[in-house]
Amino acid sequence: MLRVELRAQPSKVWSYASPLLALALTVLIGMALFMLLGKDPLRGLQVFFWEPIRTPYAIGELLLKATPLLLIALGLAVCFRSNVWNIGAEGQFVLGALAAGGVALLAGPDSGRWMVLAVLLAGVAGGMVWAGLTAWLRDRFHANEILVSLMLVYVAIQLLGFLVYGPWKDPLGYNFPQTKTFEAAARIPRLFDGSRLNIGLPIALALAAGIWLYLFRTLSGFAQQVGGLAPAAARFAGFSSRRALWIALLVSGGLAGLAGALEVAGPLGQLTPYVPAGYGFAAIIVAFVGRLHPVGIVLSALLMSMFYIGGELAQSRLGFPKSITGVFQGLLLFSLLACDTLVAYRIKWGK
Amino acid sequence: MEQSALLLASSLNAGTVLAIAALGLLINEKAGVVNLGAEGMMLCAALAGFATVVATGSQTLGLLAGMLAGLLLAALFGLLVIWLNTNQYATGLALSLFGAGFSAFAGTGYVQAKLPEQGPFAVPLLSDLPWFGPALFRHHPLVYGALALVLLLVWWLYRTRSGLILRSVGESPESAHALGYPVRRIRLGAVLAGGALCGLAGAYVSTYYTPLWVEGMIAGKGWIALALTTFATWRPARILLGAYLFGAVTMVQFHLQGQGINLPSQFLTMLPYLATILVLVLISRNPQWIRINMPASLGKPFYPGA
Repeated sequence: MLRVELRAQPSKVWSYASPLLALALTVLIGMALFMLLGKDPLRGLQVFFWEPIRTPYAIGELLLKATPLLLIALGLAVCFRSNVWNIGAEGQFVLGALAAGGVALLAGPDSGRWMVLAVLLAGVAGGMVWAGLTAWLRDRFHANEILVSLMLVYVAIQLLGFLVYGPWKDPLGYNFPQTKTFEAAARIPRLFDGSRLNIGLPIALALAAGIWLYLFRTLSGFAQQVGGLAPAAARFAGFSSRRALWIALLVSGGLAGLAGALEVAGPLGQLTPYVPAGYGFAAIIVAFVGRLHPVGIVLSALLMSMFYIGGELAQSRLGFPKSITGVFQGLLLFSLLACDTLVAYRIKWGK
Repeated sequence: MEQSALLLASSLNAGTVLAIAALGLLINEKAGVVNLGAEGMMLCAALAGFATVVATGSQTLGLLAGMLAGLLLAALFGLLVIWLNTNQYATGLALSLFGAGFSAFAGTGYVQAKLPEQGPFAVPLLSDLPWFGPALFRHHPLVYGALALVLLLVWWLYRTRSGLILRSVGESPESAHALGYPVRRIRLGAVLAGGALCGLAGAYVSTYYTPLWVEGMIAGKGWIALALTTFATWRPARILLGAYLFGAVTMVQFHLQGQGINLPSQFLTMLPYLATILVLVLISRNPQWIRINMPASLGKPFYPGA
């Protein structure tokens, strides 16, 4: 009989090795799935792990998709480290996109470049308001943040639907549910010619550094983590749990909102019902696989972006449904959680 | 008059889905395990049920297939959470994400499929009563099944020895373990029962309630069912009432539209989600109340030690 035995100390080695083992497991299961469905598993590997980095353009796309995942997951890392279970980042992303889109629609042909800044700040504010709602209901009424933040995802998506089917619909858009495309002044600048990659990436990387500094080099960041790991110790130290709740949700809401703003003012260029693409949920996996550490999250965001692009390629090249991405995402998180047992426990045979 | 009978009938029907899933989750939670994977289990079960009915034409087999799907996923969840001591929230989330992805992937071929017509259900004699007939006596057997399930659960949890043991595992797994009860196996049993009932609810949705398959068709019902257990302060009878209340909220939107009330449809669709937030706020206002009623070990792993 297999049994687990508590380690005296969490294993350092396994805390790094576990995500890699989880990835290996996911790849193995994925290859088995390909074989089961009568496709060449090596071709599958190629589509998921080689095609997305084969050309400079492909790398640009990979980084473009990794940006929102990175931003959202950074915020979630702060949340999860503070033991605040914000799983409604998707809703905060949508609200950020809505707020940013609303401002972008105000831009005219002769708006100045400051417009971009207004668009991005509106996105941050939108995400913060949406997450702040969860924080307020939790703080004031003790309502469970998991359920409230998740319910607000559905509300946010309906709100988006209302606006793009209703008041914000482009009158010249042949009745499609979408806003007009934003003026150039409201769009975020691209980094290079020949790639859709935009300034979102450097912003996100800078914020990753910022979150690292906050978590590991400031008292406030330390207080967040103590509150998450040992609430009693945090109370003794005089760290306020209410403050921690608000900070965690506002930071993650703001980052998710920024991701939404970058998405609509970047590659999308308008609001449509397809703004919510599941980044908010995928980022939960990114945060865990990245060990809730900014550096790890940068790497896991790239990995998850590969999953997304690989899924699209699997659809066009191999005739798979795009939703295979979701299968792999779920498998990855499952494998990670299972492998993480090795960090705190030893697996032993026998009684 | 006819309108109100129809509203009541459709509310009971919609409430049944939530009631069955929430009762399953209640069994989980009474044993101290919270399974955030309800949505994922229901989605996979909805697909399994739908595909089975397409293949066999039998709705009973469809419901059974849904239960089996829920059971299998719950077993995976249970192994991770109970034996490998993984975080219950994270593992449940993983199950929800995986279930959504897997059902979308495996269900691609079923999007256009149609189910065979099903005859209407009717309780003999009673269904001919004016008003009461259409409101109460023309339902799918599961609607009455949910009622029976509540009675059964109330009796089992509060009137039998095994029900007491289940509750004691949820309140204090250490004491139950010290008394020699196999805490982990009991928890696994509870998780499996929860999965099977969530599966049944999911399959009911895709085979009868809205007989079709589309990606994400459970639309948050699993999460609402999770909220219902809190709303009901972990009492079976209150779960049923809460479920019917939510059924009514879901259905009111269609009736409002029928009455020609001109609110954009998106705001009507929001109603059940807003209602969930509202009841969570109302019930959680008094943290004392939740603390008294919540199974004390809810969400905490149990490690029996050496």
